[in-house]
Amino acid sequence: MKTLSMVMIALGFFLFAVATLGFLRLPDFYSRMHATGKGDTLALLLFLLGLALYEWSCNFTWSGIILGLKLLAIALFWFIASPTATHALLRSAYEAGIKPWSKGKDFLIDKTNKG
Amino acid sequence: MEKFFLIIAIGMCILILFCLYRAVMGPTVFDRLIGSGFIGTKATLLIVLIGYVYGRVDMFVDLAIGYSILNFIGTIVIAKYFIKKGHKE
Repeated sequence: MKTLSMVMIALGFFLFAVATLGFLRLPDFYSRMHATGKGDTLALLLFLLGLALYEWSCNFTWSGIILGLKLLAIALFWFIASPTATHALLRSAYEAGIKPWSKGKDFLIDKTNKG
Repeated sequence: MEKFFLIIAIGMCILILFCLYRAVMGPTVFDRLIGSGFIGTKATLLIVLIGYVYGRVDMFVDLAIGYSILNFIGTIVIAKYFIKKGHKE
């Protein structure tokens, strides 16, 4: 059981690392949002599930069960809240008028500006 | 197992530093916004991990719940604000 929770926590950490890499390297606001919004949710879910499993395997007393349920409550809340926040932020960026990145169009705009 | 949690917490701090680069140097306002939201998500987990390292998880998990709710509310409010204000940069 402890090994399973360790594997889940390590997998969550790996997903966080991948999301951070995408957040640093991708070219556009929308694609950065795509990297963080998805990697974030699954990584936090795996992480908190692993922590709750560790807690239940360590002490299965009354307080330990309540502690694990609190961890799962954070996971459930964030599983609903993170896509909502992503959606609201994307919508506000679209209304504020940020253009999505595209290779050919930017190239054309640069050429017309230069010439 | 505490050592494993400590290693994961240190790695999380390094990832937070990488995110902070984008949150400070980001080209638009919204890049900074998602940077701060991402840092908040990691800080929620960091609080729980610090609780395991100190051996007082029962106190720290309540802090994590409060912090995650504050992070969500802040993101929603700032997103609403920028719809009205527009993006000038």
